[in-house]
Amino acid sequence: MTQLALVIDLNVCVGCSACVTSCKEWNTSGEGGGGMVDMNPYGKDPTGTFFNRVQTFEVGEYPKTETVHFPKSCLHCEDPPCVPVCPTGASYKRKEDGIVLVDYDKCIGCKYCSWACPYGARELDAKQKVMKKCTLCVDRIYDTSLPEERRKPACVLACPTSARLFGDVHDPDSAVSVAIAERGGYQLQPEWGTRPANHYLPRRKNHANVDKEALHRIDNPLKKEEQRPAVSSELPSLDDFLF
Amino acid sequence: MTTQTNQATEIKSTTCYMCACRCGINVHLKNGEVKYIEGNPDHPLNKGVICAKGSSGIMKQYSPARLTQPLKRKANATRGEGKFEPITWDEAFDTLATRLKHIRETDPKKFGLFTGRDQMQALTGLFAKQFGTPNYAAHGGFCSVNMAAGMIYTIGGSFWEFGGPDLHHAKLFVMIGTAEDHHSNPLKIELGEFKRNGGRMIAINPVRTGYAAVADEWIPIRPGTDGALLLAITREIIEQGLYDRDFVVNYTNGPELVNMDPKSREYGMFLRFEVPLEEGCFDPQNKLWWDRELNKPISTHTPGADPFLTGEFKLKDGTPVKPSFQLLRERVESYTAEWAEGITGIPAATIKRLAHEMGITARDQKIELPIAWTDVWGNEHEHVVGNPVAFHAMRGLAAHSNGFQSIRALSILMSLLGTIDRPGGFRHKAPYPRPIPPCPKTPNKPEDVKPNTPLEGVPLGWPADPDDLFVDDKGEPVRIDKGFSWEYPLSVHGLMHNVITNAWRGDPYKLDTLLIFMANMAWNSSMNTSDVRDMLKDKDENGEYKIPFLVVCDAFHSEMTAFADLILPDTTYLERYDVMSMLDRPISEYDGPVDSVRIPILPVTGDCKPFQEVLIELGSRLKFPAFTDKDGKRKYRDYPDFIVNFETAPGSGIGFLSGWRGQNGQKTMRGEPNPNQWEQYAKNNCMHHHVMPKSYQYMRNWNAGYLQWAQSNGLTRHAEPINIHLYSEVLHKFRRAAQGISHGKQPPERLRKRVERFFDALPFYYEPLENEMINKQEFPLSALTQRPMAMYHSWDSQNAWLRQIHAHNYLHMHPSVGAKNGFDDGDWVWVESVHGRVRCQARFSQSVEPNTVWTWNAIGKASGAWALEKDANECQRGFLLNHIIGEELPNQPEGQHYSNSDPLTGQAAWFDVRVKVYRASDKEQGSTFPQFPTQPRYPGMAKPVGKWQTFIGGSGLFKNRFKGK
Repeated sequence: MTQLALVIDLNVCVGCSACVTSCKEWNTSGEGGGGMVDMNPYGKDPTGTFFNRVQTFEVGEYPKTETVHFPKSCLHCEDPPCVPVCPTGASYKRKEDGIVLVDYDKCIGCKYCSWACPYGARELDAKQKVMKKCTLCVDRIYDTSLPEERRKPACVLACPTSARLFGDVHDPDSAVSVAIAERGGYQLQPEWGTRPANHYLPRRKNHANVDKEALHRIDNPLKKEEQRPAVSSELPSLDDFLF
Repeated sequence: MTTQTNQATEIKSTTCYMCACRCGINVHLKNGEVKYIEGNPDHPLNKGVICAKGSSGIMKQYSPARLTQPLKRKANATRGEGKFEPITWDEAFDTLATRLKHIRETDPKKFGLFTGRDQMQALTGLFAKQFGTPNYAAHGGFCSVNMAAGMIYTIGGSFWEFGGPDLHHAKLFVMIGTAEDHHSNPLKIELGEFKRNGGRMIAINPVRTGYAAVADEWIPIRPGTDGALLLAITREIIEQGLYDRDFVVNYTNGPELVNMDPKSREYGMFLRFEVPLEEGCFDPQNKLWWDRELNKPISTHTPGADPFLTGEFKLKDGTPVKPSFQLLRERVESYTAEWAEGITGIPAATIKRLAHEMGITARDQKIELPIAWTDVWGNEHEHVVGNPVAFHAMRGLAAHSNGFQSIRALSILMSLLGTIDRPGGFRHKAPYPRPIPPCPKTPNKPEDVKPNTPLEGVPLGWPADPDDLFVDDKGEPVRIDKGFSWEYPLSVHGLMHNVITNAWRGDPYKLDTLLIFMANMAWNSSMNTSDVRDMLKDKDENGEYKIPFLVVCDAFHSEMTAFADLILPDTTYLERYDVMSMLDRPISEYDGPVDSVRIPILPVTGDCKPFQEVLIELGSRLKFPAFTDKDGKRKYRDYPDFIVNFETAPGSGIGFLSGWRGQNGQKTMRGEPNPNQWEQYAKNNCMHHHVMPKSYQYMRNWNAGYLQWAQSNGLTRHAEPINIHLYSEVLHKFRRAAQGISHGKQPPERLRKRVERFFDALPFYYEPLENEMINKQEFPLSALTQRPMAMYHSWDSQNAWLRQIHAHNYLHMHPSVGAKNGFDDGDWVWVESVHGRVRCQARFSQSVEPNTVWTWNAIGKASGAWALEKDANECQRGFLLNHIIGEELPNQPEGQHYSNSDPLTGQAAWFDVRVKVYRASDKEQGSTFPQFPTQPRYPGMAKPVGKWQTFIGGSGLFKNRFKGK
C-alpha cells in the first residue's frame, strides 16, 4: 500500500523558507478552494495560514552551538490522531496514497483535530473557520498535464538545496526509503504511536582529518629554495696535497 | 516560451527580480492575473528551484505599496512630508528635460545619477556619460566593492557575478564572513550537492546562521579581523611548504624580481629588461626571474627555467633584488598564529590546523581532468589540474575599512593553494578574467567635463596608476562623491553613500539635480540615516533646499520617495523588458558566457513606466549623440528597440545582448543587429548560453585558446597572460607618488601619509579605522547586520507573505552581554555607538561570538512607509542599525571629512561600528527608537487592504486593486 511522504534532509536545509512561500503560492490558488487567508497583511502582528513553516533553534552552548533549521508540515501519520477525533468525518486519510486530507465542506472548525495533533501541524483559516493543512499538493502530483518530474509538491520543486525528497515510504526501493535506510531517517516523537510518514534525515559531520605526517614530505617545495652557496675553486683543497 | 495548459492557465517565461540573483522563472497566469511563479527547470542558473522571495513575487506585483502615477511635491508641502499631487508624464518629462538641458548646457556635473541597482549599469552609465556628468554610480560602493576590487586587482576576477567556488569538484569549502547575500540559489544548489557528495564545509563567521548552520565546523571570529586570520594562515602555508610551487612559479608574479635598492627611484618596482613593443592595459612579459640552475637572472617563462621564489640576489650592476614571493614571506613572518589568536579570538592551534587542512587537501587530493589545453607561452598540457579547496566570501569581509587588504590576502591565499580558475577552486565567469586592472578609465582632469558634451572616458573605471585619478591640479576630487580622488583612489564603484552628505555640505561643490533610482537613501541604504533625512530637507539661508531638486524613480512607497520633488513610478519586474548584459553583469556560468532578459508578462500597471524608457526618452529629448541621429532626431523608438540596435561603436557588432546576433540570428557574441533578437530570447527561456569548448573552460588567465577566443569575440582587448599579482606594483605606484618619488600626480599634503600607509604592495592587517578614533573600552562590542534569506533589503516588508517571516528584528547577542550589563533576554535595550543610539529588543543566542551583536538588516521601517499601517511591527518593534553607523569617520580635525570607508576603495565600512548595549528604562520598554512622523499614502496608491486578505490567483481581485484609485 502506498504511503506518500516527505523526507527532509536537515543536513542541507539552510532555512531559506523557499518551501514556506512556494507552498503558500501554490495552495492558496489550489484546487481545494477557498485560498489561504492572511490577517493584518499590512498591519500589526500579521499572521496567516501556512501549511509549512520553518522553525529555527539552537542546540548546545557557545562555541559548540548548532543552529538547526527545521521545516515542519503535516506528517501524514499512518495512524493519524486527527482523524478519529473529527466529529464530521471531514478529516480523513486516503487509502490509495496515505495522504491525510480535510474535506473543507464538512469541516465545522471545531479544532478537535488541532488539539489531537501532537505536532501542531494544523492551521485554522481564521476567516473561513475551516481547518487546513498540507495536502502534499494532491492537486498537482497526479496532474498528467505536467511533465512527470514536475509532479511533485511545490515545496519539493522549490527547495534550492534539494533538502526535500518526496515519494512512497512503503516502497523499499524508492528514493525516500533508501534515504531513510542509509541516512538514519527518523520520525518525530515515535513514542506517541502516530507513525508519521514524513521522516527527517539527521545532520552528519565531516571532521577535519589532518595527518601530521603529511606535513613532512620529501617534495616540500621549500627544499627547492635552498641556495647552495657558490664555492670558489680557488679555495685550498685536498687536491693541493694528494697525488 | 508561452505554453497553454489546462484550466486556461497560461505560462510565460521571464527572469526573476526578487533579488539580484536573476533566476529563470515560469509565471502562470489565469485571467490575466499571476497565479503561480515557479523556477524554470530549463534555466542554467536555478535549474528549476526558486527561493522564498521568488515564490512571493505575486505579493510584490499586487502590493498596495505600488506607485502608479508620476507625482510632484505639493507646492506648499515640505520635503519629507510625503504630500504629492499627480501629474502627467508629459509634465514630468518637460520639467526634467528643461532642468537637465540647462544643467547640461552650463555645468553637467551639477546633475547626479545614482542607482541602487547595479545590473543595469550599461544603460545608466551610458546615460551619465552621454549627459557628460561624472557624478554617477550604482550601489557597489556601499555593497561589496572591496570584494570586486580586492580580487580583480589580484587575480583578474572576483566572486559573485564574475566568478565563484567550484563546489562540483571541491572537497573542502571555506566560507568566510556573511556571504548568503549574493548568488543565493546557485550557491544553495551547489552547497546541497557538495554536502551530499561528502564535502567538508567550514564556516568562519562571528554568527552561526544561514549557510554556516549546515557547516561541518563553525569557527567564530571577531568582526573585522579576517585579514589577520588569512595572513596567519598564509604564513603557515608558506612555512610548512604547503603552497603549490608549480602554480606560483608559472602563474603568479611570485618569482619576479623586485628592485630592492632603497636609493633607487625604482625601489619596489619589478625589474624590466626591455621596453614592450606594444603598450596596453596588460602586464608585458618583460620581467625577470632568478634561475636556480644558472644562478642568474633570466627572462620569465624562459623554457626550461626554474626560478627561486625566495632569497636575495644581486644583479651585475650591484642592484639588490628579491623575488616578490620573498617579500610576501617576509611580510607574513610576524603574522604568527599566536599573534592572530589575540586579534581574531581563534585559538592558534585551530589557525594552524586550518592552514594544514587547506594545504594538505589542495596538495594530496588533486583533481586531473582529461582536458588538453595550451598556455600562452606555447606549452601544451594534457590535463587540467585542480586543487580542490574552494572559498567564498562577500560582504562579511568587504564591509570593513580594512576589507580591501583582507581580500587581497584571501586572493593570495587562494593563489598559493593553486586554486585559481581550476577545478575545485575558484572559477571565472565571462567576461572575466580581465587584465589587472581592467582597461576602462575614467576622465582624469576637470576639463574632461564639458557642457553639451559626452564625458571623456567612462564614469567608473579601473585606475592603474596615479595619473588615472580624476582630480584637479591640486589633487582634489572632481566627483561629488570624491571617487577616484586621493581619498579613495580605487573607488571603482563610486561612493554613493557619501553623495547626499557631500552635496548637502557643498563639498566639493553643490549639485542642482539628484536623480535616485531604486535606492532607499532615506532609510536602509544610507549610513547615519536620521541625519541624512535631515540633510535631504535642509535649506540654505535663502530658504532654498540645499539639494535643490530631488527626483526619485521607484516602483514602491519607500522612505526615500517621501523626500522627492518628483516621483517617477517604475514598473515591477513582471511588467518590463530588461537585459542582464555582457556589457554589465551577465549571468555567465563557469562553462561560458550567459546573458538573459526579462520580457513583460503583464501589462504596465496604471501610469507606471520602466526606468529604462525614462532614460531613452530623456536621452532623446536632450539629443544625446548616442540616442539621436546627426539631425538630432530620435534614434530608438523605445528600450527594446535600443537593445536590438545599439552597438558599442558603429558596426562593432557588439551590443547589449550576445545571443542571436546577425541578420538571421546565427551569430553569437558579435554580429550585426538582429531585428528578431527578442523573439529568439523569448523562445529560449529568456537567456543565451554559449558553452565553450572544455579546453577553454579552465586556466583562462593563461589559456591561449580561451584568450584568443575572448579577444576575437570582443570580451577582451588583449590576448595576453593575466598573471596573479601576489605583489601589487599597481598599489606601490600610489605609495611612490605619496612619497614624492614618482613623477606625475601627487596627493595633497594632508593625504600623503594616508596614501603611503594603505597603498602597500603586500597585504597587511590594520584595525578598522573607526577603532582608532574611538574609546574601544567604552564601546566594547561590534555590531553587524545580515540579510535574511527571505527578504531582500527593504523590498519585502510590503510583501504580505514575506513579512510574516520577518515582521520585526531583534538584536542578537550572547547571554554574557546581558549578564554584564544588567538585562535579560527580551528586554528592550539601547544600542549606542559614538554616532548615536537606537532602542531595540534583546534576544540571547548561543550562536554568536560574545564580542558581537547582530541583527537582520532593513526589517525595521519608518512608520507608514511601504504602505504599512502606522502601528505595523516593522516600525514599532523593528529597528534600523543604520542610524548609529556614521557615513563619515568620527572625531576628525575641524573641516576635514573622511568617508567611513576603506581608504583604498571607498567601500562603506558598515561592519566597523562598535557599540555598547544597556537596558532601556521601564518607561522605554516596548517600542523602538527613533520614530518618525507617519509617512502618508500618495495619490494613485491602492486603498488600504484592511484586516483580511486571501489571494486566489485568477479571481481578478488583486489585479484590479489599482483601478479606480
